[in-house]
Amino acid sequence: MDTLATLILIFVGAALINNFVLHYFVGICPFLGVSRRVDTAFGMGCAVTFVISIAALLNWTFTYFVLRPGAPLPAWVWAAAGGDPGTQVDLSVLSYIIYIFVIASSVQLVEMYVRKFFPPLYRSFGVYLPLITTNCAILFACLEIMKQMQDPTKLWGLHEALTLAVGGGIGFTIAISLMAGIREELDLCDVPRPLKGAGIALIVAGIMAMAFMGFTGVDKGVHEALSALLR
Amino acid sequence: MPREQPTALERFINGILPENPIYRQLLGMCPVLAVTNGMKPAMTMAAATAFVLICANTIVSLIRGLLKPHLRILVFTLTIATFVTIADRFLAAYVYEMSKQLGPYVPLIIVNCLIISRCEICASKQGVGVAVADAFGMSLGFALALASIATVREILGSGTWLGLPVLPAAWPGWGIMVLPPGAFLTLGLLLGIAEWASQRRAAGKRQEGGTR
Repeated sequence: MDTLATLILIFVGAALINNFVLHYFVGICPFLGVSRRVDTAFGMGCAVTFVISIAALLNWTFTYFVLRPGAPLPAWVWAAAGGDPGTQVDLSVLSYIIYIFVIASSVQLVEMYVRKFFPPLYRSFGVYLPLITTNCAILFACLEIMKQMQDPTKLWGLHEALTLAVGGGIGFTIAISLMAGIREELDLCDVPRPLKGAGIALIVAGIMAMAFMGFTGVDKGVHEALSALLR
Repeated sequence: MPREQPTALERFINGILPENPIYRQLLGMCPVLAVTNGMKPAMTMAAATAFVLICANTIVSLIRGLLKPHLRILVFTLTIATFVTIADRFLAAYVYEMSKQLGPYVPLIIVNCLIISRCEICASKQGVGVAVADAFGMSLGFALALASIATVREILGSGTWLGLPVLPAAWPGWGIMVLPPGAFLTLGLLLGIAEWASQRRAAGKRQEGGTR
């Protein structure tokens, strides 16, 4: 299929149909913790989108050249060490350790860079940047990309990996901003006392998840429209 | 002067109910919502998390003298990632179907805030015995919470429990309970019930104190 159509499908899939928060339940902690006001929620969403793209870029590079079955670098080392060149070297068992290491260091690097060159942006991100290391959404995006790299016949390129990451980040931003908007209104409502705080937030999230289930099948329609358009 | 640290037994009991990781601390929510559509995946997840938590707490407690403050979190994460890799390979080798069903949520144990917070709060400050007791207590609390949510969702969603039919065959099965929205709704309502119970207990205690 056409590259552009594939990319649009991946994007729509990650942002709306299989929304990271409401379908895969990743990034629930900031979703509940940082969704009290719309502006901070939006800032958190932007920070996550930013870090998720950088982490996906770095981890795609690692996966492509080092970690996937049949990757060039370990094969070259294996051959240089005098191993049988026909053997396929598979280092994917190391991937979790490498991924989390890359994510932790890239968050640190991004933090230093932003603090040095964009002080206003750094001030608006505040404490959210370091917190992102333990945001499951980042690792989840990397794992989804890794899943596509295991099979050499449908190997994902960098553009596909980045589209998934950016789409996931934007989906997260949409979900957390919507949630913050609802919670701002919710402050004025009479919520039963035991449900105050996390309880009612989870119930609201459940109703939002139902609404997002309505996007199921949109990908088929988008696919048909695109293939008619591009023909 | 530092506050006195809790003993092993206190740590163990704290983990089960008073500081239950899910109902009290709201930690480690991703797996709680994602794998509780049935008892079997929930219990597998609880076992994997328990293994990782106990091993990570032991190792971190053993090396706590060597930890540098600024590298602490990184060391925790790498230790956890190592044990998660072991757990993941083990599941893929022995219970392949379950490992496929759990999918990305086994590797996502790495970023489960529950484990990092236990390493930080308990294991990096106290001895191995206390750290292991703490890990056991927390895992038990986590397993109980997972089991409670999975029980509600599996019984209402498919009329079975651990794969055994419990409701009559005429039960239509609430599809929504097995799907993502059911997870949010169940957890929200159960949190409300837990909160209500503890508020009632607190109110009862206050009344007792008043009449005395």
